[in-house]
Amino acid sequence: MAYSDKVVDHYNHPRNVGTLDKTAAEVGTGLVGAPECGDVMRLQIRVNPETNVIEDAKFKTFGCGSAIASSSLATEWVKGKTIDEALAISNTDIVKELALPPVKIHCSVLAEDAIRAAIGDWKKKNKVAETAAVAVAH
Amino acid sequence: MSNNGVVISESSASLPAGVTLPIYMDNHATTPMDPRVLDAMLPYFGKVFGNAASRNHVFGWEAEQAVEKAREQIAKLIGATAKEIIFTSGATESNNLALKGIAEMYRERGNHIVTQVTEHKAVLDTCKKLEKQGYRVTYLPVQADGLIDLEDLKRAIDDKTILVSIMYANNEIGVIQPIAEIGKLCHEKGVIFHTDAVQAVGKIPVDVQKDNIDVLSLSGHKIYGPKGVGALYVRRRNPRVQISEQINGGGHERGMRSGTLNVPGIVGLGAACEIAGQEMEAEAKREKELRDYMKAKFEKALDYVHVNGNMDHHLPGNLNMSFVYVEGESLLMGINDIAVSSGSACTSATLEPSYVLKALGLGDDVAHSSIRFGFGRFNTKAEVDYVSDKVINVVSKLRELSPLYEMVKEGIDLTKIEWAAH
Repeated sequence: MAYSDKVVDHYNHPRNVGTLDKTAAEVGTGLVGAPECGDVMRLQIRVNPETNVIEDAKFKTFGCGSAIASSSLATEWVKGKTIDEALAISNTDIVKELALPPVKIHCSVLAEDAIRAAIGDWKKKNKVAETAAVAVAH
Repeated sequence: MSNNGVVISESSASLPAGVTLPIYMDNHATTPMDPRVLDAMLPYFGKVFGNAASRNHVFGWEAEQAVEKAREQIAKLIGATAKEIIFTSGATESNNLALKGIAEMYRERGNHIVTQVTEHKAVLDTCKKLEKQGYRVTYLPVQADGLIDLEDLKRAIDDKTILVSIMYANNEIGVIQPIAEIGKLCHEKGVIFHTDAVQAVGKIPVDVQKDNIDVLSLSGHKIYGPKGVGALYVRRRNPRVQISEQINGGGHERGMRSGTLNVPGIVGLGAACEIAGQEMEAEAKREKELRDYMKAKFEKALDYVHVNGNMDHHLPGNLNMSFVYVEGESLLMGINDIAVSSGSACTSATLEPSYVLKALGLGDDVAHSSIRFGFGRFNTKAEVDYVSDKVINVVSKLRELSPLYEMVKEGIDLTKIEWAAH
């Protein structure tokens, strides 16, 4: 299958590859997928406790080119966003941006899940209730 | 096995001598036609165009003569006689004709067929179809090295068994089954033995007498011949095998396969067999050296790599390696100027990795990390160096990106993690 230029670009020049200290309070880690499925994404965020803005994001991905591109793009998009803005990122946005073919939509879903899992982990660590966050958003 | 089709051209200025891109190293899928084969075929597209079944004029005679020569060439390569060669459109048809034709012909005697889980889909899908028609099929498992256990085969054969179909050499992992022993066992039990020998014929010595083979499928395009032509060897004595025809219309090919013969294709198949017979021994030695050289390079440069399939019973031109913690498709994407295949199936709707690799007991994760290198007649040492260096480079880069590799390096047991499977 032919990938879009954007997928190829993210594959060749992945953004924000790396590891944040998962024990730090301001860091949220999301690990989604499974080796058996051929895709594992780890997305990490570092959140400013004052502003709830994601100041840094890192990823590592085991998976196909689309999975790598989806997670790379996800780190770019969450950086500078508040937690609630990041939660609003949907997999269809990723599909559109990367022009993913139908068989690769799975990768975008995984990236969305990775963002949510990282935020979930951060909230758990910082005892931020789900409802409170939703209330802020409204 | 799948591949992605991204092509990024590289400046040829930086390439080592003897390397031009893209490099073809997927010779199990198909082989480029040998120019000598094409030369042999060309007259039969033009001047010598007769129908080999036209018995009453010179055009037909010339075509028939060419076909009979090809029959001899093919028979010679596998230790058969010319009369035992039936032409088909390729190995898929040969396998269909063998399995369906034998099942139908010997239905009175029994309805049981034995095959193995690592067969090509041309055999497996045909068996599934036969199951729907009331046949019973036993799919033998393979051991971790890809070989079947002869004791399993012995146990599987019962008084209703009419046919055993075991492939000679596997297309993914290159493992060569103990064909002569399997054939001997079948003959002792009075069971017909068919082998899909597509990957073996012309690559390693195949002899239907020594190997006790009754029916054998082969294909032109896997041995540097044309696509769209294959053959089925059908034993004529000890035992005489009968096959019920699956295509009707004129009774060509001893009534087993009707249809006007593809004369240029058949001439090409014959020429390909003759060349293979002459050059096989030296070529096998050369390919094995290249294969072992590449394997050693990978093992020296990278950790967590391993070979799939028993290397002592192996096609010389096959290397199936797992680069653990790297996903096969992303690896292919990084070497898109090289044609190889991946055991991963990330492009398929099911996301299921290779059933052959899984049959060896490999976890899905490792199967997703596997690459098949297929060396052929036209691959050079310079290409092997280029390919292995590039693969090492991309694997290293992708492992920097791999959360699994990082976790393993930190001493985390990946099997203890509760994965959120998708």
